[in-house]
Amino acid sequence: MTFLQLKDLKIHFPTDDGLVKSVDGLSFDLERGKTLGIVGESGSGKSVTSLGILGLHKGGRAKISGEVWLDGEELVSASPEHVRSLRGKKMSMIFQDPLSAMHPYYTVGDQIIEAYRIHNKVSKKVAKKHAIDMLGRVGIPQPDRRVDSYPHEFSGGMRQRAMIAMSLSCDPELLIADEPTTALDVTVQAQILDLMRDLQRDFNAALIIITHDLGVVAELSDDILVMYGGKCIEYGAADDIFERPEHPYTWGLLGSMPRLDREVTERLLPIKGTPPSLINVPSGCAFHPRCAFEPRNGGKGRTLVPDLVETEGGHLVRCHLSREERRDIWATEIKPKLES
Amino acid sequence: MVTYIIRRLIGALAMLFIVSAVTFSIFFVVPRLAGVTADDIANRYVGRAATAETVVAVAEKLGLHDPVVVQYGRWVKGIFVGADYDYGSGVEFCPAPCFGYSFVTKQPVWPDLMDRLPVTLSLAAGASIIWLIVGVSVGVLSALRRGSIFDRGAMIIALAGVSLPPFFTGLVALSILSYGLGITAPGGAYVPLSEDPVQWAYSLILPWLTLAFLNAAAYARLTRAGMLDTMGEDYIRTARAKGLKERVVIGKHGLRAALTPIVTIFGLDVGILIGGAILTENAFSLQGLGKYATTAIAAQDLPKIMGFTMLAAFFIVVANLIVDLLYAVVDPRVRLS
Amino acid sequence: MKKKALVVSAAGAVLALALSACGGGGTETPAAEGGGTSAPAAAGAAGFNAGLENVTNPSDKKGGTLKMAVTEDWDSVDPGDTYYGMSWNLLRIYGRPLVTYNPAPGAKGRELVPDLAESLGQMSDEGKTWTYKLRAGLKFEDGSPITSKDVKYAVLRQLDKKTFVNGPTYFNDWLDLPKDFESVYTTPDVNTDSAIETPDDSTIVFHLNKPYAGFDNFAALPATVPVPQAKDTGIKYRDHVIASGPYKFETVEAGKTYTLVRNEQWDQATDPVRKALPDKYEISLGVEGNDLDNRIIAGDLHVDIAGSGVQPAALGTIQTTPELKERADNPVAARTWYISILGDVPPLDNIECRKAVILASDRVGLQNAYGGQLAGDIATSLMPPSIGGWKKLDLFPTASGDEAKAKEALTACGQPNGFETTMTFRADRPKEVAAAESMQQALAKVGIKLTLKGFPTSEYFTAYAGKPAYTKANGIGLATNGWGADWNDGFGFLSQIIDSRTIREAGNYNLSIKDPAVDALVDQAFAEQDTAARDAIWGQADQKVMEGAYVLPAVYAKGLLIRGKGVTNQFITGAFDMYDYLALGVQ
Repeated sequence: MTFLQLKDLKIHFPTDDGLVKSVDGLSFDLERGKTLGIVGESGSGKSVTSLGILGLHKGGRAKISGEVWLDGEELVSASPEHVRSLRGKKMSMIFQDPLSAMHPYYTVGDQIIEAYRIHNKVSKKVAKKHAIDMLGRVGIPQPDRRVDSYPHEFSGGMRQRAMIAMSLSCDPELLIADEPTTALDVTVQAQILDLMRDLQRDFNAALIIITHDLGVVAELSDDILVMYGGKCIEYGAADDIFERPEHPYTWGLLGSMPRLDREVTERLLPIKGTPPSLINVPSGCAFHPRCAFEPRNGGKGRTLVPDLVETEGGHLVRCHLSREERRDIWATEIKPKLES
Repeated sequence: MVTYIIRRLIGALAMLFIVSAVTFSIFFVVPRLAGVTADDIANRYVGRAATAETVVAVAEKLGLHDPVVVQYGRWVKGIFVGADYDYGSGVEFCPAPCFGYSFVTKQPVWPDLMDRLPVTLSLAAGASIIWLIVGVSVGVLSALRRGSIFDRGAMIIALAGVSLPPFFTGLVALSILSYGLGITAPGGAYVPLSEDPVQWAYSLILPWLTLAFLNAAAYARLTRAGMLDTMGEDYIRTARAKGLKERVVIGKHGLRAALTPIVTIFGLDVGILIGGAILTENAFSLQGLGKYATTAIAAQDLPKIMGFTMLAAFFIVVANLIVDLLYAVVDPRVRLS
Repeated sequence: MKKKALVVSAAGAVLALALSACGGGGTETPAAEGGGTSAPAAAGAAGFNAGLENVTNPSDKKGGTLKMAVTEDWDSVDPGDTYYGMSWNLLRIYGRPLVTYNPAPGAKGRELVPDLAESLGQMSDEGKTWTYKLRAGLKFEDGSPITSKDVKYAVLRQLDKKTFVNGPTYFNDWLDLPKDFESVYTTPDVNTDSAIETPDDSTIVFHLNKPYAGFDNFAALPATVPVPQAKDTGIKYRDHVIASGPYKFETVEAGKTYTLVRNEQWDQATDPVRKALPDKYEISLGVEGNDLDNRIIAGDLHVDIAGSGVQPAALGTIQTTPELKERADNPVAARTWYISILGDVPPLDNIECRKAVILASDRVGLQNAYGGQLAGDIATSLMPPSIGGWKKLDLFPTASGDEAKAKEALTACGQPNGFETTMTFRADRPKEVAAAESMQQALAKVGIKLTLKGFPTSEYFTAYAGKPAYTKANGIGLATNGWGADWNDGFGFLSQIIDSRTIREAGNYNLSIKDPAVDALVDQAFAEQDTAARDAIWGQADQKVMEGAYVLPAVYAKGLLIRGKGVTNQFITGAFDMYDYLALGVQ
C-alpha cells in the first residue's frame, strides 16, 4: 500500500470574480523514507496542495474533491476533527519564513511544548525536556537556555531549525516543508537542507519539499513534480527531470537555477510573461502564452489541454509537442545553452 | 526596568510642567497679546454692576496685576508648599497640594477635585468594563462569522454607536427608560459606592451603558479588524498545522495577538476618561470631573481649569506609562530601555 | 407716606389669595392682619398661563420635600454676595430682609411688604433718612435674637466689594459713609453711625448722601438679611449662612447640592409673609438643561430655579402636547433684548442714520431670531412692560422693515446710497447670531452694509462691545445687547444702562445712550419722592432714548415655564417674573 497517494485532487475557491482553480486534478504517490520535490512559481498551487493534504482548507470556502490517502485512510472525506488529530502528529509541516510562522508572543520552547502536548499526554516538565532534546537535535547550541527565548531573539537559520524541531516533535510520518529555505541566506540554506536530509533519514518520514527553486530539491529529492496553473506538467525521478526534462516550462526553471559559477541575475532561458491568472486560465495549454515553442505544434496549445502522458519509465509530461520534438529541442537547443 | 520607570516618571513630570505652562499661557498671555488687560480679566469675576474700583481691587486680590511669570510661580509654589488665602474676615492656610481657590465660587480647588474624582472613577470603571467585554466579544464573533447576519447587524449598530454622541443617546435613554418606563434612575441620582453599592450601581447603570455603547462600538470594530488581521497571520496557520483545536487557535493564538493593540488603546481611553467623561457626565448631570471642567471653562475660572487640567493630564500620563509597561509584558518583542 | 398707603391698600386687595402678606401693614392695618390666613382660598386656576394672574393648586398643606434644580450654580447663597434674580427670590426661604416682595401673582407681586421690619420705611429729612423698626421675637437659627445691629452689620459687611464682588453697589453709592471707612474687616473700629444708626436693638436708621424716595426697594435687597458678626467668615460665610427665615442649611456642597430643613427657631407669629409649607428643600445644581425639563415634566423635580424658561427641545414638546401646555406659563420677563446703535462711529453720529437703521430693520425677523412669539413680544422701547411707568411707544413701525422711510432717513442723513458699518454679537449665543444675520439682510435692502463680528460671551463686554477704546478703534456701529431688571422699577431697570455718567473704561453694558437730557431725567427720578411721578419720569426717559434712536429694541423677553407636578401655590410673581419661591408647597 502506498503511504501517501493523491488521486485527482481538486481544490477550488469560489470568489466574487469567479472560481479560482488553485489545484486542478493532481495525483501522485509517495512512500515512507522518500522525498518528493514540488516545484513551481508562486500561484502554481503547490502551497494550496500541501495545506489541502493537511486538511487546513476544511471548514473554509474551498471546494475540495478527489482523494488523499494517507497510510490507508482517505482524508478528503474524513471528519475535520479526525484530520485535526492527525495534524502535527502523523503529518506535520514546516513553513516558509519562521519569523511570521511562529507566534511572536510565546517562547520557542512553549510553542514546541504545545505542539508536543496536543498529541502526548505528558506533564509540562516532560514536554519541556523533550523540547530541549528536539532543539539540541536540530543543532541549536545551549538548547536548555534557548528554549526560553522568543522567536525574535533567534537568527533566521536558528528560527528555521526551531521550526523544524517543532514540526518533528511528535515524530511525524509525513513532513511537508513549504519553501523551507527561501527566507534564508545561501550558506544557511545549505545547512538547513543538510539537516533535513539527516533528519529524514533518522525519522524515516515521507518528505515533501515545496519550492520555486529547482536547486533546493536537486540533491534532496527522489522524485520531482513540476506544477503550473494548478496542474502537474511534468513528473519523474529527480535524475530524469534534471538530465532529460521534456517540458518547456521545466527547461525555463532549469535555466533560472542560480549556479555558483554564474551571475545570479543572468538568466539563460528566461520564461517570458507572468504566471497565469487562476481565474482566467488560458484556454488550451495553460503555459501556451509563455511558451517559446508553441508555434511548432500548429496552434493546438491554444485550444486543447494536453494530457499528462508517460514518456518512459514513470516520467510524465503534459505537452502537445511530440516526444521526439521535445527531445530534439532539449538536446540541440536547450542543453548546450545550459552547459555553456 | 527600574531606571526606565524612573526616566519615564521624570518625563511625566516634565510633561505636566509643560501642560501647566501652556494652559496658563492660553489663559493669561494670549489674551494679553490681544489687548485684554488684567482688569478686563478681573471683570469676569465681579457682579454685573461692579464699579471700576471693585474691578481693580479684585484684580489686585487675584494677583492679576503681577507679571504672568510671578503668577505662575505663585501657582506652582502653592502646589508644593501651600498658600495663604484671604477670605475677608481672616486668612486661611491652604495646605499643599494647594491648587488655589476658584475665582468664582471661592472654594478651594483640590478638595473639590477629590470630591468629584470618585464619581468619574465610578463612571469610568463600570463603563470601561462593560464596553471592553461587550466590544471585544462582539468584535471576535463578528470576525469569526464574517459576512454573517450577526456580523452585519453588529457592525451597523457599532457604526451607530460610534456616530451618536452620548448627549443624544443619554437623553433618549433617559426619556425612555427613566422617565417613560421608570426602570432606571433619573439623571443626577449618584449615590457613593461606600454608602450603598446597590444604589450606586442602579444610579450609574444608564450612564455606564450610554458611555459603554459609544466605546463598545469602537472596540467591536477595532477587535473585528484586529481579529481578521490576526487570523490571516502565518502563525495562526502554524497553530492549526500543529493540530490545535480551533477554540485554542482563536483563544490562545488569535485573541492574544489581536488584543494587544486593544489593551493599549483601552489603557489610554480609560486614562482620558478619568480626566472627565464630559459629555456623559453632562447628559446625566453627574457631578464628576468632566462636569466640573465644563463649569470651570464656561466661567473661565482659571484655578479650576488649571486644577482640572493638571489632574486630567496626570491620569493620561500615568495611563501612558502603565500602557507602555503593560505592552512590554504582553508583547515580548518590546524591550524597555 | 403716600407710597405706603398705596401698598397697604394694594395689600388689602390680595386678601382673596389667602396670603398673609397684607399683615405686613403692621399696626396700621389690623383688619388685614385678621383676614390673613383664615381667608378662603380662591378656587385653583388651571390651564395655560393660569399662573400669570392666579395661584394655581392652592393649598395650606404642610410637609413634603420640594425638589428644585438649576443647570448651573449661581454666584453665591450669601445674601451679601449675590446678583441673580433667582437667588434673590430663593434666599428669602432662609433669609429675611427688612422689606420684601409680596408673594402674590402678577403685578401684585411687585408690591413691597415689611418682612423683618414691622412696617415699610419711615422717611424723613426729605428722603435722606429712613427708619425701620424690627418685629419682636425674631431669632437666628442658633436661637440668638436678631437685632438691628445684625442688620447693620450685614449691610456694612457687603460694602466690601473686594471680598463680596458679586452683589449690587446701591448701598455703597447711597449711604453717607465716613471717609475713613473701608471695610468691616480692615477698619472695624471706624464709627459708621453717619451711615447707619441703631439707637436700640429693634430700630435701624439709614442715612443717605442724597435723597431717594424709593429706598424701600433698597431695604428689600438681600443685603439687609441679618448676619451675626460672630458667625461672619467673609467669603466662607456662604458655606454656612445663618438662617433668619423658616429654613436653614443642612448641607452645602458648592456646585452640587444644597439641602434646607426647617429652622425651629423661626416663629410663624413673627412672619406674616411666609407660609413655610414644605418640610425640606432639596436643591440640585449643575443639572443638564434637557434632563432638568424632562424631570420636571415627569414629576421627579418640582421647580427650575433659574426661572428663565425651558430649553428649546422642551419648548417644542410643550407646544404640541396639550396636557403639558396646560401646565405651562408664558410670562413676560423684565428683560429686553436689543441692539445698541453706537453714535461714536460716523455716520451713526447723525440721528437720521440711526433712525434709518431702526426703520430698515425687520422687527418680525428679529422676533423670530430671538425664538419667536413664545420667547418674546416685539419691543417698542428699551424698558419692558412689567416696569412701572412703561407706556407703549409708537415711534417706529414694528413690521418687517420700512424701506421707503429708511431711505428717506438716509437721504436726510446725507447718505442716500447707504453706508458701511460693523455689528458685534455673542457668537456662542445662537439667537444673537440669528439676530445679527437678520439685521445684515434687512439693512442690505437699503444699502447699509453690515460686517458681522462675533465674540465669546465671557469677553463680550469686558474686551469688545463694552469697551469704548475697542468700539471706536474698530468702527463698531451696532452691538447686540440685553438687560434684565435688578428689581422691577425704572431705577432697577434703567439706571445702569442709560446714564452716560456710569460709562467706564471697560465692562460697560451701555455705550450708545449718551444724552444729557436722559441723564437729567435720571437725576430727576432719583429725587422724586412720589412713586407714580417717579415712574412717569422713568417712562419719559425711556421715550427719550427711543427718540434719540440710540437703541433698536428687539423683544421683551418671555419664558415658557412649566409648573411642577404636585406643587401647590405656584404662580408667577411680578417681582421676578418667575415662580414665587416663598409660597410653594408639596401636595
